[in-house]
Amino acid sequence: MSILVDEDTRILVQGITGHQGSFNAIQMQKFGSRVVAGTSPGKGGTEVNGIKVYNTVLDAMKEEPNATFISVAAPYVLDAAKEAMYNGIDLIYILTEKVPYQDTMRIVSLANKLGKKVIGPNGPGVTSPFTCKLGIMPNQIFKKGNIGVISRSGTLTYEIVNQITTNGLGESTVVGLGGDPVTGMNYIDALEEFKKDEQTEAVAMVGEIGGTAEEEAAEYIKSKFNKPVASYITGRSAPPGKRMGHAGAIISRGKGTAESKVKALEDAGVRVASYPYEIPILLKELLQ
Amino acid sequence: MNLYEYQAKELFKKYGVPIPSGRHVVSKADLQWDKFPVVIKAQVLTGGRGKAGGIKFANDSKELLEKGEEILAMSIKGLKVRSLLLEEKLNIEKEYYLSITLDRSTKRPIVIASTSGGVEIEDVPDSKIVKYWIDPTLSYSQFIGREVSFKLGLSPEESKQFQDILSKIYALYEGYDCELVEINPLVVLKDGKIIAGDAKVIVDSDSLFRHKDLSENPAERTELEELAYKRGYALVELGGDIGVIANGAGLTMATLDGLTLKGLKPKNFLDLGGSDDIEKVVGAFQILKEAKIRGILINIFGGVTHCDTVANGIAEAKKRVGIDVPIVVRLSGVNEDLGRKILKENGIEAYSDMMDAIKETVKVVN
Repeated sequence: MSILVDEDTRILVQGITGHQGSFNAIQMQKFGSRVVAGTSPGKGGTEVNGIKVYNTVLDAMKEEPNATFISVAAPYVLDAAKEAMYNGIDLIYILTEKVPYQDTMRIVSLANKLGKKVIGPNGPGVTSPFTCKLGIMPNQIFKKGNIGVISRSGTLTYEIVNQITTNGLGESTVVGLGGDPVTGMNYIDALEEFKKDEQTEAVAMVGEIGGTAEEEAAEYIKSKFNKPVASYITGRSAPPGKRMGHAGAIISRGKGTAESKVKALEDAGVRVASYPYEIPILLKELLQ
Repeated sequence: MNLYEYQAKELFKKYGVPIPSGRHVVSKADLQWDKFPVVIKAQVLTGGRGKAGGIKFANDSKELLEKGEEILAMSIKGLKVRSLLLEEKLNIEKEYYLSITLDRSTKRPIVIASTSGGVEIEDVPDSKIVKYWIDPTLSYSQFIGREVSFKLGLSPEESKQFQDILSKIYALYEGYDCELVEINPLVVLKDGKIIAGDAKVIVDSDSLFRHKDLSENPAERTELEELAYKRGYALVELGGDIGVIANGAGLTMATLDGLTLKGLKPKNFLDLGGSDDIEKVVGAFQILKEAKIRGILINIFGGVTHCDTVANGIAEAKKRVGIDVPIVVRLSGVNEDLGRKILKENGIEAYSDMMDAIKETVKVVN
């Protein structure tokens, strides 16, 4: 098994005729995902690489999607997510960056009430090799295996997954949470899924400066998680008060430092790497 | 985006939050006032301006002119004072604290209130602070104001005014996509009226597309950061002497961390972002050419950004920009073989492993 996405995941792409939408719809197909429909208001009746395009999510529901890939411009993300939830879609991945955080807050709050799951915004999505990719991770870095990966970053996730793969291990599911101050799933949500997943035997958790999500995850790992965890935290050399690219990656008022995260994780029994390449080494030790 | 106090108070006025009578002043010719005494407040986007001498009182026109000119000539924490806010002097009885901000861990707005205001809220003991988390779907309702006032132990007269102010700043928080709305101090006057002594508002920069009435304030940027910003790059200057170009914020930070752990000092954070454009790569070199550096490390994990695009960009930059410090390249991911081949034709050997490239950087600059 894997978490969140598998061979039963039927993907809708909202904004399929845009550059990101069409490119990634095709990449997801190549990975083996079932991309069943797309939407683009006004372009209903056309196709993208054999995928039927509809004007509305309501129309697209005849293809029975149960997950959506949202790739519309930031001002329209709140509406697109509501449209998906309104029509009963359970898993919502948002690729778009620079979504106003209050919009994200509303999406997440609604999703919690309706029992839906949100991944992102501004993250690479979720991939289970090789049954389903819902997102934008490069297809060639994966190998099926027993490591669950959780990260807030994009390319750093690829770096870590690539290290895991090229060192003879493999992944159960890779989850990219997104780099914004407010995102749907967080570390604890993903850890809860990995706890139940039989395929996953160890977890690699990639964190970064800003907020206290890693510290909260450490607390959860200490008291409730039953599998070994290796971690890498980036931003050790970042100065306070400067946003390091991600809107959420900032040390402000003394909170969100790498030191605090490393300490919390080590206190919870997590092995923390100094460099990305140490992650597979630590995982192998933990699995013995 | 941080707003100046005078801008924040304009928004307070728009939402009906009581503020002192005041006037925004940009030049010494405007230094005029009717009913003395008056408070002269420097308009800068940093805290601690009082301690730095940026807030002064004047009892007559002559004093206003003297002190006003003095503050207009000041810099506070490196920021030039460009304008002043003149305000009536308040007859203060008590100072409270009130703010609304995002609580990242609950993903909800949080109301923070205290009857111990006028100081940094971080210095107020938890027992004197009232917190209330608001559900973003249910939004604000009057009972929230009642609950917070009861917990603060306000008198009926104060409670009524406090609830009114809280509901109005919540409307402002939502209406302008704020990251923070803070009133410190929230002043109780000798006559019992409650009024916003100061106003701090931070608006989410990602929401500016729907707030066209706000013009962008000059942010605190170094010369190099300003240059990069104008050209559309995410660059943070760090003060070392090793130039860094990478893609993705996380990988860029990991590159800086790796160099730092190996004893080098990075000059900058520069994230190429999710573009696949040769000119974007060339432009990054053009920016780093303006920086004093001993070498450049390029660390790319190809996804949306293809390795061959980056390789072509580096080759172009070598021809057009003329970089005279050593360049170390790491390419991995989409089209890495093609990228490596292009670089080889241009006399650059690219690494596939990040650690190898970091170690090589240490070697070539020492």
